[in-house]
Amino acid sequence: MARYVFEYHLVSYRRVWRGSVLSSFVLPLLTMLGFGVGVGAYVTGGVEGAPYLDWMVPGLIASTAMQIAIGESTWPVLGGFEWRRIYFGQSAAPLRVADILDGHLAFAVFRTLTSCGAFLLVAAAFGTMHSWWALAVLPIAGLVGLAVATPTFAYASTIRSDSYLAVLFRLGVIPMSLFSGVFFPVESLPVALRWIAYALPLWHGVDLSRAATLGVAPAWSPLGHVLYLALWAGVGWLLAYRQFGRRLVV
Amino acid sequence: MTLIHARGLVKRFGDFTAVDGIDVDVRRGEAFGFLGPNGAGKSSTMRMIGCVSPPTDGVLRILDLDPRRDGPAIRARLGVCPQLDNLDLELTVRENLTTYARFFGIPRKVARARAAELLDFVQLTERADSKVEPLSGGMRRRLTIARALVNEPEIVLLDEPTTGLDPQARHLVWERLFRLKQQGVTLVLTTHYMDEAEQLCDRLVVMDGGKIVAEGSPRALIERYSTREVVELRFNAESQEAFAEKLAGIGERVEVLPDRILLYVADGDEAVAEVQRRALSPASVLVRRSSLEDVFLHLTGRTLVD
Repeated sequence: MARYVFEYHLVSYRRVWRGSVLSSFVLPLLTMLGFGVGVGAYVTGGVEGAPYLDWMVPGLIASTAMQIAIGESTWPVLGGFEWRRIYFGQSAAPLRVADILDGHLAFAVFRTLTSCGAFLLVAAAFGTMHSWWALAVLPIAGLVGLAVATPTFAYASTIRSDSYLAVLFRLGVIPMSLFSGVFFPVESLPVALRWIAYALPLWHGVDLSRAATLGVAPAWSPLGHVLYLALWAGVGWLLAYRQFGRRLVV
Repeated sequence: MTLIHARGLVKRFGDFTAVDGIDVDVRRGEAFGFLGPNGAGKSSTMRMIGCVSPPTDGVLRILDLDPRRDGPAIRARLGVCPQLDNLDLELTVRENLTTYARFFGIPRKVARARAAELLDFVQLTERADSKVEPLSGGMRRRLTIARALVNEPEIVLLDEPTTGLDPQARHLVWERLFRLKQQGVTLVLTTHYMDEAEQLCDRLVVMDGGKIVAEGSPRALIERYSTREVVELRFNAESQEAFAEKLAGIGERVEVLPDRILLYVADGDEAVAEVQRRALSPASVLVRRSSLEDVFLHLTGRTLVD
């Protein structure tokens, strides 16, 4: 039944997809060109043996996955309860709470995968992919998306006003994208900050993606990364499920 | 056959008891109403029947199933028109119906055909490909009703179906609901408009403070709890109270409201003549038939719409 909810979100997306292409694809592309090519010119000798652009791009793809997934889990979820109230219409149909949640999560992951897929193609055209393992970047992006989307769904279904979303972006999203090894190695951070990077989900996706596109071994065991991301996704799902239930079944 | 069966049904939110042990039976094919002021427990009852709110206590059977266990199976056979529209404003009128039909697992082709039929039924065919955003309140409500019918439900739940609509839009909604009733669809509605209840309901319960205070057909309730006619008198004075004593003994009952006095009588003209014999000169006099409003006033001592 969750697939019917996913289908609904696709129909809904059909009306706005042109606008979303700009924010979900053109912006990361500009970041890639600005940082990768611009800053890269000053980073002579590259990072960890790879040219700066090639080193940064996989991190940027993982970071894009995180940003798209969170974007799809904030206003759309809050609005689903507070403004468009679509969840209440869905809960009157024979859908279960898990169907409503999973269908919307599937759409967030779908948006993550399509945006990252397009980004991956362009990045490959710039000759930044060193290995066929680069294809693994997509499932990694999907996992990163799920790992951040589920806790964000839980958060967005708890708050009643979008001013709390600004808090999430300032204290969560922006620091996470800056300190998760996207633009510079985590090892350059002071030890305390480094542990924050390890605790948050993005760095694990960055390290995996980078290992995949450069064709090198990741800093941690790949299984450890995957399990840690799955833990975020799983705990986030349980919290989101509980919160959706509280709002829809009263 | 009984489609909805409730005994001692209770809904509590923390310390607050919204529904306080009600007994209800709704039979197939009838239009059944919950009448009462805001806060009487009507919407809470409807949400329990709609299987989106588990009962706190008591028995509730819907279509001979248990809402606590068989929620999705019951909801598959219900149509729900909520008090607050939750249409998707960004989709077209038609897409609102087709996407909703999919939630019931209805194949796309069938969904499209049914959407066309229903748009015709609620007279929105011309707006089929328009977005919902620019539609008037009445059109949106009709679309919500169409959406509630998309799964060909056995019971349609309508929570305050015409609240907030202008008189013309209300009549259009009533007329469509009346046609549904003629087609044999079981309607369950809540309302705080007595004219709506009188127009649409075969049988209704009057709710107040979470309890059922009376039950029957509109006609039977009026006969039991009110007189045939009512005389409404308005006096040009600070307080109407002073005139109540002078009116004592006319008809069965005298009810004093802040702005007028109601005389419950068998014969209105006869009562007006008596008022004149007592040399009282009200600023306005109105003789009318009793309505459910009078029943409610008699049962609770309060008016329905404040």
